[in-house]
Amino acid sequence: MAQFTLPANSVVKPGKSFAAPASAKNIKVFKVYRYEPDSGENPRVDSYEVDMDTCGPMVLDALIKIKNEIDPTLTFRRSCREGICGSCSMNIDGLNTLACIKAIADIKGDVKVYPLPHMEVVKDLVPDLTNFYAQYASIKPWMQTDTPPPPDRERLQSKEDREKLEGLEECILCACCSTSCPSYWWNSDRYLGPAALLAAYRWIADSRDEATGERLDELEDPFKLYRCHTIMNCTQACPKNLNPAKAIAEIKKLIVKRRN
Amino acid sequence: MGVPQRPLSPHLGIYRWQLTMALSILHRLTGVFLSIGAVALVIVLASIASGPDEFVMVQEWISHPLGQLVLIAWVFSLFLHMANGVRHLFWDAGWGFEKSTANATGIWVVLFAIAATIVVWMMAWGGIL
Repeated sequence: MAQFTLPANSVVKPGKSFAAPASAKNIKVFKVYRYEPDSGENPRVDSYEVDMDTCGPMVLDALIKIKNEIDPTLTFRRSCREGICGSCSMNIDGLNTLACIKAIADIKGDVKVYPLPHMEVVKDLVPDLTNFYAQYASIKPWMQTDTPPPPDRERLQSKEDREKLEGLEECILCACCSTSCPSYWWNSDRYLGPAALLAAYRWIADSRDEATGERLDELEDPFKLYRCHTIMNCTQACPKNLNPAKAIAEIKKLIVKRRN
Repeated sequence: MGVPQRPLSPHLGIYRWQLTMALSILHRLTGVFLSIGAVALVIVLASIASGPDEFVMVQEWISHPLGQLVLIAWVFSLFLHMANGVRHLFWDAGWGFEKSTANATGIWVVLFAIAATIVVWMMAWGGIL
């Protein structure tokens, strides 16, 4: 049964405030979720006043500025700073996205920053993605074949068949979609979630893969696949503008089709 | 091992409501409400079969402003659930998953449910039904 409230150790308490220097004229307030595992205390929300005249345009720029200049204890994942690596996924202004491609100017009022929802928090904005990655591994995200490859060249694919993978193979596994899904919140132990299912469909749709039947067998399960109720949060959240909800629907269609 | 249990990050309380998300939960809630309404319908039918006194009693419940309010909510639930159900049928066929389409069909579902409820109640209060 889904638990709609946070457990006692997870209830967020009010935190500290960090004022901007008096010279700052253009101030934006960032309210950031903090959790310090060694303190034994509950998570809290700290408030940082950031001088926007000396800050880059994206939320990640502000987080880096806070870490460099205001509070070096702030912890978050980041790497490429251009929407390629998927490291800085978090909940900003109520929606899951990548901090590096979310413009501060697009956010009205204070900027609220939380870790990806309904995940175990390691520290501050860093969630534990172990289960998420295990689910990805469980769909066997590699090409499976029975026939030997041609002796003189690679396995080729027509342009039309390659086009079927557009919108599927661009996934960067940032987990924005899966952790936006209420169904995944309540059932992540058994429901694979939109990211893993999109990846599963990427291989089902690949003309070179020869394990389509086995892949569909694996997914035909009341929980792994059918906990998707077309809530559409995944598609709304995806920072790469992919459509996991549609991919899941295509899997469901294929399972129905092969019965006839 | 002395390591404190990790906290669960906030979810429902912080996630910004999306139209598609709200309609999804409303589809469920209206479904439950309609099931309860089906039992109420049986009570109305049973009152007709039980005789004039029981019939008048149930009529009085229904005519009460509160009873009318419940009935309006029931009719609205019926139309919302029906229209959104059709939306789900299109989804099952693989159509309407683009973000803009899903948001637009969501707005249409709500507008249809409101309009259809108004029409039905204008007819009911106007004595046409």
